[in-house]
Amino acid sequence: MPASVMPTSSRGDGSQSSAAVSAVGLRKSYGDKTVLDGIDLRIPAGSVFALLGPNGAGKTTTVQILSTLISADGGQAQVAGHDLSADPQAVRAAIGVTGQFSAVDGLITGEENMLLMADLHHLPRREGRRVAAELLERFDLTEAAKKPAATYSGGMKRRLDIAMTLVGDPRIIFLDEPTTGLDPRARHNMWQIIRDLVTGGVTVFLTTQYLEEADELADRIAVLHDGRIAAEGSAEELKRLIPGGHIRLRFTDPAAYRSAATELTEATRDDEALALHIPSDGSQRELRSILDWLEAAGIEADELTVHTPDLDDVFFALTSSSSNESSRGVTEPGSSVNEPKEKAR
Amino acid sequence: MSTQTAPARPAPARPAAGLPLAVRDSTTMLRRNLLHARRYPSLTLNLLLTPVMLLLLFVYIFGDTMSAGMGGGADRSAYIAYLVPGLLLMTIGSTTIGSAVSVATDMTEGIIARFRTMAIHRGSVLIGHVVGSVLQCVMSVILVGVVAVAIGFRSTDATALEWLAAFGLLVLFATALTWIAVGMGLSSPNAEAASNSAMPLIFLPLISSAFVPVHAMPGWFQPIAEYQPFTPAIETLRGLLLGTEIGHNGWLAVTWSLALAALGYFWSKSLFDRAADRR
Repeated sequence: MPASVMPTSSRGDGSQSSAAVSAVGLRKSYGDKTVLDGIDLRIPAGSVFALLGPNGAGKTTTVQILSTLISADGGQAQVAGHDLSADPQAVRAAIGVTGQFSAVDGLITGEENMLLMADLHHLPRREGRRVAAELLERFDLTEAAKKPAATYSGGMKRRLDIAMTLVGDPRIIFLDEPTTGLDPRARHNMWQIIRDLVTGGVTVFLTTQYLEEADELADRIAVLHDGRIAAEGSAEELKRLIPGGHIRLRFTDPAAYRSAATELTEATRDDEALALHIPSDGSQRELRSILDWLEAAGIEADELTVHTPDLDDVFFALTSSSSNESSRGVTEPGSSVNEPKEKAR
Repeated sequence: MSTQTAPARPAPARPAAGLPLAVRDSTTMLRRNLLHARRYPSLTLNLLLTPVMLLLLFVYIFGDTMSAGMGGGADRSAYIAYLVPGLLLMTIGSTTIGSAVSVATDMTEGIIARFRTMAIHRGSVLIGHVVGSVLQCVMSVILVGVVAVAIGFRSTDATALEWLAAFGLLVLFATALTWIAVGMGLSSPNAEAASNSAMPLIFLPLISSAFVPVHAMPGWFQPIAEYQPFTPAIETLRGLLLGTEIGHNGWLAVTWSLALAALGYFWSKSLFDRAADRR
């Protein structure tokens, strides 16, 4: 039965109301392990959508289902107006996929990879050569075009990967963790590439572990947790869910830790790590006043770090508020399972 | 949207379904595989070494003993004639190990996932491998054949039609073993495992009538040697090239080939279709 709730996109006309991707109740499990437990998505054509989540949250599985690589156990989805299970070939004709692991043929050259894609998209020979040369140029790979792709650096491989994805001029592009494993410069290059895609009117579905990346690129972000969408909204909307940052004081001497803990009553204790968390917005003014106050109280920590909100905090916020009924919620920051990452400043 | 920075290319026409698409995509995949084989010929050449070495070993080192064992005053050149058809088929078995290895290697590459998300003919990846492998088998058989002729092998009484039939048999047999090898490659997690599981393809010729006649083997073993896939094919090829008795081996060879090809095809197809859902 075709989905009645979603207006189907006629032809990639870029109107904001049409959905490039829509899904209702997607489920997938491997054996006993439920990977996706009912995912609903609606991604307007021409927008960038980020699926945010830690390893194992089900991001890749979602991409694999929506890109026809694997089939869902339940639910239904439409991509580019075509039902995933009824007409997967039509979906494939409309999408481009760049997986988490490099999908280039390492044994042949970059140029040969591009021409292979052109042939598989049934472009006429001359057109194929033109498109290949154009994309190699655009992704700064012309110089390396005659070398085997296996000799490329991580960033070059990823660029070639995306260039190959673009050969068929897809209207919807799936990028599974496009910047994982890239160095900072290559990551910023990749961000620019993704922004350029969007100005061409392409719909981008990307997955990432980094809130920063979703923040930079996406119009809408969905947080995937334990196979469910824990929250969805713009970056601003999500950040409002995140509690403020804090200052973390770590001690090596248990006695010093205990005396500091009795002194600093508003701090959260992390007895195992001998650390105290003092709520703070991270501003210079507040930092100074806290330092002055510590000085006055005669507390000397061995390490002081300023903690800014990141993905972990989003998860604390989302899992502790949305799953009170279940036992999996982690209620206190700093308690064992999801030790927040600290950012030294 | 009113303006776009880049003029959009016309969307590629929906690919025609059916045979033209299958042929077109399989040809593309074949080109890819041949490019691999041409860039990295070492695997193919290594596998070619085994039959050539065995040929030289059995002719020049064991030749006198072996020909004496055949009885009837056979000399070394008679043994060469006896040996070559078996080694040509062994060459095929050996070459298809390469197919198992390259399929297994290919399946670990991300590009296969990319192919699966493209609107191309589903089977083209495997068909490309099979056709490429059969072409490599033909080339390898020709190379080993050249060596055989160089050391004195002569076809005594083959007509043009028999040559054609011999060629047809080799291609059919190569196709059959390749589909099996592709299945072995698909069921192996990596190249090493594929090369191990494909061992029977080179082991079976050793216990066929390739080196010694079946009737010279222990009685309990004779049925195994006689009815395994290699022996009928070898005996048929011998008959075509040298005029020996073919008997029931002709249809046995064809039946074995068709059965193995069908088995390998369906096995490979189900493995390939399932592989995406495997984790």
